[in-house]
Formats: sequence, structure tokens, C-alpha cells
Amino acid sequence: MSKRRVIPGFGLSLGFTVIYLSLLILIPLAALFLKAAGVGWRGWLELLTNERVLAAAKLTFGASACAAALSTVTGLLVTWVLVRYRFPGRRLMDAMIDLPFALPTAVAGITLTAIYAPNGWIGAYLDRIGIKAAYSPLGIFLALTFIGFPFVVRTMQPVLEDFTRDTEEAAATLGAGRWTTFRRVVLPALMPALITGFTLAFARAIGEYGSVIFISGNLPYKTEILPLLIVSKLEEFNVPAAAVIASGMLIISFALLFCINLLQRWLNWQPR
Amino acid sequence: MSHSEVTTESRAVRVLLITAAGGVVTLFLLLPLMAVFIEALRKGWEVFFEALRDEAALSAVKLTLTAAAISVPMNTLFGVAAAWAVTKFRFKGRALLISLIDLPFAVSPVIAGLVWVLLFGSQGWFGEWLEKYDLKIIFALPGIVIATAFVTFPFVARELIPLMESQGSDQEEAAVTLGAGGWKIFWRVTVPNIKWGLLYGILLCNARAMGEFGAVSVVSGHIRGETNTLPLHVEVLYNEYQFSAAFACATLLALLALVTLGIKSAIEHFTGHVANGH
Repeated sequence: MSKRRVIPGFGLSLGFTVIYLSLLILIPLAALFLKAAGVGWRGWLELLTNERVLAAAKLTFGASACAAALSTVTGLLVTWVLVRYRFPGRRLMDAMIDLPFALPTAVAGITLTAIYAPNGWIGAYLDRIGIKAAYSPLGIFLALTFIGFPFVVRTMQPVLEDFTRDTEEAAATLGAGRWTTFRRVVLPALMPALITGFTLAFARAIGEYGSVIFISGNLPYKTEILPLLIVSKLEEFNVPAAAVIASGMLIISFALLFCINLLQRWLNWQPR
Repeated sequence: MSHSEVTTESRAVRVLLITAAGGVVTLFLLLPLMAVFIEALRKGWEVFFEALRDEAALSAVKLTLTAAAISVPMNTLFGVAAAWAVTKFRFKGRALLISLIDLPFAVSPVIAGLVWVLLFGSQGWFGEWLEKYDLKIIFALPGIVIATAFVTFPFVARELIPLMESQGSDQEEAAVTLGAGGWKIFWRVTVPNIKWGLLYGILLCNARAMGEFGAVSVVSGHIRGETNTLPLHVEVLYNEYQFSAAFACATLLALLALVTLGIKSAIEHFTGHVANGH
């Protein structure tokens, strides 16, 4: 405490923050874990090794990871173009990126279904070559890609904007071509941002509900995601089962974000 | 001349990359947005307006506006208080507090609804007590408000914290030495400095609050004309195979998204500040 606090309002602002945070977020989440703990070890084991739960978990995490990966690749392309090139329509493209943040998920859900359904805009063509987009894992993957895309672009954009071209120039004077420079110089510098963007998209996709349930078809064992399974358990008045599945999901999400935090710190410590 | 040549790509590569990025944005973002409006008007304007004039639709709009009108100011107040606490002062547990503010982003909307059912539902901790006094939280407006507030909790704080951190506290400290009181400093010094970030945070919070689906669907009970918000009304219509009507109501939500994006672009244009997304 070298410096006395000169600005007023510490007690009031911190007090309000902590009370509001506790009432709205922490206590309800604690209640969830308490409820789930009440089921006991055997109940947990039974539920989490249940075939329907396992199938839903595999689908949720698998589709989310694939979708986040595609979002990362397309996001890198779009970010690069937005930051490095000037072309007509650039501002419009930039503004459009946030659409999945702003468009309500239910609207995204019914719209993507209209596009990818067997009689839909694109779905009809895919259907003709034997690809079933809506009402299949592919549809879930497409919806989650839509949801995750802006996380990648908005995480990478400021980093790429701050990246000076000096290093790229140095690489060029040493005889490196553009592709080599990109692979060996630019990409490693973007890596922390890429990983953060991927994780944010992944974490969001795991919990996503509104945009998925319309396009997925919701068949148990086949196209049922974990959040939907929680809702079904709730509709069967099986509240403890819903609490256990929800707690399991949260533990995995929190652990994931924690690991990424550690990885970030480690990457930032690496001498450049 | 040579400076730009070695650090950019050949014209052909540039055109190729721009085209590819344009294709991605068109296919993944522009097409869905257009589809909302085209599907809504597929059966003509009459069906479109009929769907919007419907009584259930009007009550859904009213409920959506009411829920947002309560939860957004609550979270705005919190966002300002939290940003003030963590950017103007250094204290033990500050880093933890900042991570806790982000916590709701990692929680599925369905779980954000479930926690309230566990507390206030008929089988919940306070279920019996609420029943005794004939109070309704789940399947009623209070449940919808708190579920919405949970999901939109971090938005304002997330915008303000980096902004106020980068601005520092020099101006506020100067105001203190000139004898200004706390509220006066806040309204006269801080608010003018953060107004655009604050506006953008409220805007995002509001867009998400009005569009929230998963959390609200768990606590609402889908009572037509009573506890259906606009996104839930869209779902009900869609599940009843009234596709044009569902898309007609969805256009209202899509317009909300477009207005949000438009104002965001305008703020960035006027301030040169790049707002930071989610």
C-alpha cells in the first residue's frame, strides 16, 4: 500500500459488484453443483457412462472441435484480407463479421435449416449428390461454424493490425518468399491469437443450443447434443440427471479455458 | 516502392484471396441474412403483416421488450460498478474477480436457465416456500428476467474494463485534488470519456437480451400469449409448420441485429476506436 486511494467509491463499487455477481452467477452455479453432488458417486458414474449421454457428448465435442477448426482457417483468411488489403466492400465485410454475435440464435437456426434442408437453397443441390446436410451431424457442424466464426476474426484482427512489417521485410531481404515468410514468420506470431480464437469458438459451440436444435433433427444417439439432452431430462422431470450432465459439461468447459490460459501464458513467455 | 512490394503478395494472389474471403462471408453470413427476409416474404406481404399483427406475436414483442427493459439496466449498472472497481483500484483478488466476470460466457444458455429451475422450480430449493406464498418465478416474467440477466451479465463490463484501463485515472485524480465529489467526478469526468464504449456495451447486451433463446426457453414454460418471448414465438410457429409466419417474426429480430451492427460501425467510424466483439 504505497499509494493512498485518492479516488472515492471503492467500497460502494466493489461491494455492489461482489453482491450482484454472487446473487446472479455464483450462488446459482453453486446450487447446480450441490444438486449434482447429491446424486452421489454411483449416480454420476451411471449417468456419465450411459450410452445416450456418451453419444451426445461425443457429437457435441466432436462437432464443436471440427467447427472451431474450420472457423479458425476461414477466420484467418478473412482477417488477413481485411487487415492487409484495401478493396471495395471492405467496410461492409468488416461489419458483417459480427452478424452471428448480433443475430438471435433461434433465427440463425431456422434460417440455416431453410438453406441446408433437403429442399432448401443449398441443401437441394447437396441432396442431389447424396449429401444430407440438415438433420445430420453435418448440419450441426455448419451451424456451429456460423456461431464460432466471429470469435476467431475478432481475436486475430487487433494482433495482425499491430504486427509490424519489419520482420517480414527482414525475411524478404534474407531471400524468403512470401509463402515461406508467412509460414515461418507471421503464423508463429499469430499462434497465441489463433489458439485463443479457436478456444473461444470451441467453448461457445459446446454450449450452443438455439442455432443447433432446428437443423439437427434431434434423434437420440444420432443427432442429439448435450444441451438438448439436459432439456429433455428436465422435461421428464429428471432434475438430478439434468444437473449431473450440466455439471459435467461445466467442469469440462472450465478446465478447457483454464488449460488455454496456461498455454497462453507459456506461449507469451517464450523468447521471441 | 520496394518497401511495399516485398511485404505484399502479387496481384493475382491478392485477388484470389479477396475473392475467397468474399465467398466465405457471402456463403456463411450474407446468405443466411438474405434468407430470413426472402423466406418471410415467400407467401407475400399480406401473410407477412398478418403474422406480425397476430395477438400472440404482439404479446411476445411486449414481453421481450419488458424483459430487456429490466435486465439491461441491471447489467449496465453492474458493468459500470465492476469496471470502476477493477480499473480505478488495485486490490487482492482483482484478477480472480475479472475472470469471474467472464464466467457466464463459458456457461451454456441451457444451463443458465437450469440453475434457476433448481433454485425456484417446484422441485427446487425455494420451490415449496414460493408455493406457500403463491409467488411465481419459473414460468413467469421474473424467471425470464433473471435467466436473461445471467446470459447477458458480462457484456457491459467486458466493453468498459479494457477501455477504462487504457484511459487510466489521471483525470479523476486531478478532479479529486480540485475538490470534486465522487458522483460529480463520475458524471463529469468518467462518463464523457467512456460514453461510446458504454453505448456499445449496452447495445450488445440489449441485442443478446432480446434474442436470447436457450436460457429463456428453459424457464419460460412456453405459455402462448403469456410467457413466450419473440424468439420463443418464432420457435412455436416454426414447429407448427407456419414457416412464413415464423420467418416474418424472425425479420424483427434480424432487423434488431442489423441496427445493432449499423450503430456499431457508426461508432467505430466516428471514434476510430475498434470495439472488441463478444
